[in-house]
Amino acid sequence: MSNTFDEISQQLKRRHRKSARLKWITMGSLGLAGLFLVLFFADMLTKGLPAFQQAYIQTEISYTEEAATDGRRAFDEELLPLISRTVVRVIPMELRNNPDMIGTSKTQWVLATSGVDQYLKGHRHRLSEEEQAAIDARVEAGQVDLRFNSTFFGSGDSKIAENAGILSAVVGTVMTMIVTLAISFPIGVMTAVYLEEFAPDNRFTQIIEININNLAAIPSILFGLLGLAIFINFFGVPRSSPLAGGMTLALMTLPVIIISTRTALRSVPESIRHAGFGVGCSRWQVVRDHVLPLAMPGIMTGSIIGLAQAMGETAPLIIVGMVAFIPDVGASFTNAATVMPAQIFTWSGEPEQAFVEKTAGGILVLLTILISLNAFAVVLRKKFERRW
Amino acid sequence: MNSHATVMNNQQVPAVGQPYTRNDAACHDLSIRVRDLNLWYGKNQALMNLNIDLFQKNVTALIGPSGCGKSTFLRCLNRMNDLIPSVRTEGLVEIDGRDVNSAKMDEVALRRRVGMVFQKPNPFPKSIFENVAYAPRMHDLVSRKTEQEELVEKALRDAGLWNEVKDKLHEPGTSLSGGQQQRLCIARAIAVQPDVILMDEPTSALDPISTATIEDLMDKLKEKFTIVTVTHNMQQAARVADYTAFFHLGEIIEYNDTKVMFSTPAQKKTEDYISGRYG
Amino acid sequence: MQTNQLLLIFCGALLLLGLLAFFAGRSKASRLRSAGTAMFAQPDQYAWFTVLSTAGPAVLVSALGAFALLLMGADIPTLYLLAASLVVAAIGLMVSLNQVKPDFHARQAIERVIRMTLAGAALISIFTTFGILFSIISEALRFFQMHSFWEFITGTTWNPGASFLASAGRGDGSGAEFGSVPLFAGTFMITAIAMLVAVPIGLLSAIYMSEFAPRNVRTVAKPVLEVLAGIPTVVYGFFAAITVAPIIVNIAGFFGLDASYNNALAPGIVMGIMIIPFISSLSDDVINSVPDSMRQGSLALGMTKGETIRDVVVPAAMPGIISAALLGMSRAMGETMIVVMAAGMRPNLTANPLEDMTTVTVRIVAALTGDQEFESAETLSAFALGLVLFVVTLLLNLVSVLMIRRFREKYRVNNL
Repeated sequence: MSNTFDEISQQLKRRHRKSARLKWITMGSLGLAGLFLVLFFADMLTKGLPAFQQAYIQTEISYTEEAATDGRRAFDEELLPLISRTVVRVIPMELRNNPDMIGTSKTQWVLATSGVDQYLKGHRHRLSEEEQAAIDARVEAGQVDLRFNSTFFGSGDSKIAENAGILSAVVGTVMTMIVTLAISFPIGVMTAVYLEEFAPDNRFTQIIEININNLAAIPSILFGLLGLAIFINFFGVPRSSPLAGGMTLALMTLPVIIISTRTALRSVPESIRHAGFGVGCSRWQVVRDHVLPLAMPGIMTGSIIGLAQAMGETAPLIIVGMVAFIPDVGASFTNAATVMPAQIFTWSGEPEQAFVEKTAGGILVLLTILISLNAFAVVLRKKFERRW
Repeated sequence: MNSHATVMNNQQVPAVGQPYTRNDAACHDLSIRVRDLNLWYGKNQALMNLNIDLFQKNVTALIGPSGCGKSTFLRCLNRMNDLIPSVRTEGLVEIDGRDVNSAKMDEVALRRRVGMVFQKPNPFPKSIFENVAYAPRMHDLVSRKTEQEELVEKALRDAGLWNEVKDKLHEPGTSLSGGQQQRLCIARAIAVQPDVILMDEPTSALDPISTATIEDLMDKLKEKFTIVTVTHNMQQAARVADYTAFFHLGEIIEYNDTKVMFSTPAQKKTEDYISGRYG
Repeated sequence: MQTNQLLLIFCGALLLLGLLAFFAGRSKASRLRSAGTAMFAQPDQYAWFTVLSTAGPAVLVSALGAFALLLMGADIPTLYLLAASLVVAAIGLMVSLNQVKPDFHARQAIERVIRMTLAGAALISIFTTFGILFSIISEALRFFQMHSFWEFITGTTWNPGASFLASAGRGDGSGAEFGSVPLFAGTFMITAIAMLVAVPIGLLSAIYMSEFAPRNVRTVAKPVLEVLAGIPTVVYGFFAAITVAPIIVNIAGFFGLDASYNNALAPGIVMGIMIIPFISSLSDDVINSVPDSMRQGSLALGMTKGETIRDVVVPAAMPGIISAALLGMSRAMGETMIVVMAAGMRPNLTANPLEDMTTVTVRIVAALTGDQEFESAETLSAFALGLVLFVVTLLLNLVSVLMIRRFREKYRVNNL
């Protein structure tokens, strides 16, 4: 009647091969996705790590009378094309502030132009043969060197590549995130508490729920349109300010916080609430004293993840004008500011080769912050995770 | 209990690897032979030194209180336990002269010859027709459309479902009632033309009328197939089974002709269980 | 600034009134209680009640006033408004102090207020949706007053250049054309490329993780894939423009093809990479929720694992997989930074992915970052494009939600 095992096994060979092939294909897909990730990070690291070093030249600065009016006079004429304009520019001001320095001289490491920098790093550059020879000679003599790029971390944006830094964008990001969290965290938690603990299961509640899920899926650029039309044009919030950007991002982060808070509240077992009611607590007292504290780690985790998302967001901020050129590092909620992703965006638009590594360097800083935030969220969740 | 749980004292059990011989008209061909079967879930031993012979074209019922290992044992027969990572099996399960657990045995081939019907009906999310035709087509048992239609009709008739579904073969299998779904699953199993059909409490999720239908069906199916069924219902075992094995805490306490077992159980534990003292 | 100082004084006064309310309320309640009267609530609760009824109406009045100031352009001097609020606060204090009586349910009153506040917070999400809808629709309507809707939907030339001249006072803007077909063609092209990358890789990875992978591989692979979703889009945009686009140009050149540095392939592929985790994560959840009995039923018939997956598990999970793909698609269509940085600016109706193309989102950004007047047709066209984008993504999301709900009901899974 039926075949023997051997006959069946014989027929099965082809089908087993097919099955194994599916396994390898799926495994390959996962590998491919992983490969993308590796390639991406390798690319960003090779492009961005050089940005953390910058070419410096050791030179003698002679604070002569002429230098007080024309900074260029303070330097060796041969070296002048290799020294950053920003160094030259501050000499007269320095002398004006300290007049007794006139007549002295000192040997110092000063910032080189981005051309020297790119040449030393082996990137595309526009230096002449003689300039290259001059640099090579000084590298031999130990007078030109790549050193830690403190400018990049310590100053604001600049149109001069070697002088551009990310600090003003970092400050702008911090300000914007303060606004975002200050708005979205309380409102998000309150909404979630209402929906999970208080709301009756009626039409109104269902509409809110559907609406929140929908809000989470709306393209971020449309939040930018909202921010522009409502916050800036209607309420007159200053354009380009952390306030405008933060409010816009707050609305975007809201659904993330609401959804994660609801999950956290839902994971608090009903028995805790019953225990609270059992000793005569009102609903609000149970929520405030028992449910919320237990749900807090989950709420924090969700909020941090939402914050990290908002921190990487660019499109809505471009729409509300947060791509401003901010050379000075200053903190104000209502003045124009820029944020890290926006800074990356502006730099990526600069034609100069030196800005490519600045962009990638900025990306590395941003990614480091985001990954640390997410890792922190994961640790938080692991640490406080509770099985009921 | 370590002794071989074989039926009837005059039964000659051939040594492992030897062909089965019919030595008595009342005795049936041996289909599955189990020797010293042990099974562990992680560190917990669930089956202890099982020895049993199951006979061709008979219904054998496995009874016992819940957690006694009867379902686990059933799943050893077509190696469904392989799907659970922590399970470890030792011992011999021999079907058609082959050790089921040997490395050479292809578990897919094994399952083609040892079909299974589950506790809860689990039709595929396909049409009724496809539910039955899918496996035979994959096994190259049929290829042309007309062959498939013949086979589906035959399997559904054998499962006693044909008259109820012949007009809606292309509706989803999940649209049927629970009892019909279970018969669809039986049709699906017999369409592959296996030698053995394992049934894991096939009626426990069904209403009494569907249960009766399926019990009748088992009676008919044993003309063609060897049926091993797990049941938690002693009356069912008494109604449908030719042989019954009583499991307790991973051991086979008693194995005998159903009538003998239910009228004069040899073991005290069996008697207690049958008379409802525990279970 | 004058208003700032006023505001500060107002806040200070309100704070003082609040403190006064708290202590007055509490002392009255304690006095009553120590006099031996049984009260419905704790003294602190009475105190909070008086605070709430002092500050609440006052804040409400000032907020309403400010809103009227902005919305109707009503000419109420800030000083008067704040003064009125303070008066309201004082009245609230009087009335509530009077309410501190033994038979008054202060706790219930507080809880009513809390409940209403929470409900009010929940309304903000609704307001946000309406805000988006309102802002987009109202500006889009203004755009459609200038240019016909029909032309917008069916026109194949997008050339807003002339409208810019009109707003600058030169020309009459009649030469401007706002036919959005090339923009949508670009969006669909790039979305299609992204889906061609993301759906196979995402789905197959999900199948590997849920069906084949050992547990430890799975626990590592899932969060690693999630990293792809956490990378900011501006970073992907840079990657697409600086790394991927030149590679594509080189490869195309190797085959003798001429590719633009702003080709549609680079942003499409990179967007696909970005969407992989969305598809894989949701598909993985869905495949995991396909009941195990399905797999066992198939395996028990002598099917191989591959056949079981292909013919039983994946079809069973199909609604969820489609839902994941739709969600990914809606994300791809609304994605902005990758295309702004890596795709072209030139509206180009073509089927060749090696050419430069522009998308809806690129034009929205372009229209709103220029120096035009807000009233210009080009600026307003951004809102018209935004409206279409909103409608399309909304539909995709809704269908996706319906699919996943169907899956959930079919297998009674609750964790999706």
